[in-house]
Amino acid sequence: MSVMKEFTKGFYKENPVFRLALGLCPALAVSTSVENALGMGAAATFVLIGSNMVISILRKFIPAKVRIPCFIVIIASFVTIVELMMGAYLPELSKSLGIFIPLIVVNCVILGRAEAYASKHGIFLSVLDGIGMGLGFTFALVLLGAIREILGDGKLMGYMVFGPGFQPVLLMILAPGAFITLGLLMGYFNTLDDRRKRKLEKDASS
Amino acid sequence: MDLGQLFAIIIGAIFVSNFVLARFLGLCPFVGVSKDPASALGMGMAVIFVMTIASLVTWFVYVFVLEPLGITYLRTIAFILVIATLVQFVEMVIEKTSPALHRSLGIYLPLITTNCAVLGVAVVNVDDFIITDLPNTVSFIYTVVHGLAAGVGFTLALVLMASIRQRLQLGGVPKSMQGIPITFIVAGLMAIAFLGFSGLKI
Repeated sequence: MSVMKEFTKGFYKENPVFRLALGLCPALAVSTSVENALGMGAAATFVLIGSNMVISILRKFIPAKVRIPCFIVIIASFVTIVELMMGAYLPELSKSLGIFIPLIVVNCVILGRAEAYASKHGIFLSVLDGIGMGLGFTFALVLLGAIREILGDGKLMGYMVFGPGFQPVLLMILAPGAFITLGLLMGYFNTLDDRRKRKLEKDASS
Repeated sequence: MDLGQLFAIIIGAIFVSNFVLARFLGLCPFVGVSKDPASALGMGMAVIFVMTIASLVTWFVYVFVLEPLGITYLRTIAFILVIATLVQFVEMVIEKTSPALHRSLGIYLPLITTNCAVLGVAVVNVDDFIITDLPNTVSFIYTVVHGLAAGVGFTLALVLMASIRQRLQLGGVPKSMQGIPITFIVAGLMAIAFLGFSGLKI
């Protein structure tokens, strides 16, 4: 498998949120604006890279029976680092992400990659996988955040997109908007995938 | 302690800030185990049970271990370890004492460790009840009641969703929307309905 493929699979083919339906709770909860989405994405990516690296280094020493508790402790340590750093340097962001920073521990993307990838591969590939998956997760969050912020607030990264006459759709910022946006986006990604598969079949048969 | 406040906590956790539909916690089981109402109810019962006990135990851990030692910043690590151990322990106890209950709840219990609603309720309890100036007994009662009510709210959303999904199987859903996407659209509509509770004055 080529190194580049390892890196880019997180964006589309194995996008954690849209394709694998992992890490849904933070994806929906913090995607009220692009800024929050970027903050959450960066935090999760940091934890993912760190935990993938450490688990990959220790993979020969961790007994198979207690591997899940070991993974959770490693992940929780990195989450605590993020929690303290964010509280110290970005108190505003830390406040708006709220309980979802400690909840990165139970984000299934991170435990999923630890179990499925980092515990079986070397350090270099694991870190690369962490970066790729983290960026894929961030991409999903930012896409959701951008749609919700534009429609629900008329802004993008705090700048007005539409003229002053724009009536914001308040629903998009509230909880229902998150569910509906994600449902439609997942449907769209499924359509894209179907189309790609059909094209591959056609190419194969012709 | 004030009974009105207690009532407000219960109604708040079940309806106004429902853990699934308003706080976005526990979405993985919400999507994964909502295919038929019977297993949704089983999962819900397991979650109510674990959430109540987790609230109780994490209260003790926070108030009697983390706070006196001045290591409250280790909250996340301590809580997740306590919850993981607790789930394992509960599973072992149920298996020994009531095989019938274990058969119906057993398969859901391991899934609960990584259910963010359980860690979520512990963290919310700390923020809302423990690091306030409520006396210990009151914060203890509020914490346990909130854990129980949050579990009930989760079960309510899960069972409702499972019933709707059963109906959906008869409807012609477009191919690319089948499965998870349509579940989210339905969840969005349910969340709109639950938004109605946010005007409730208790």
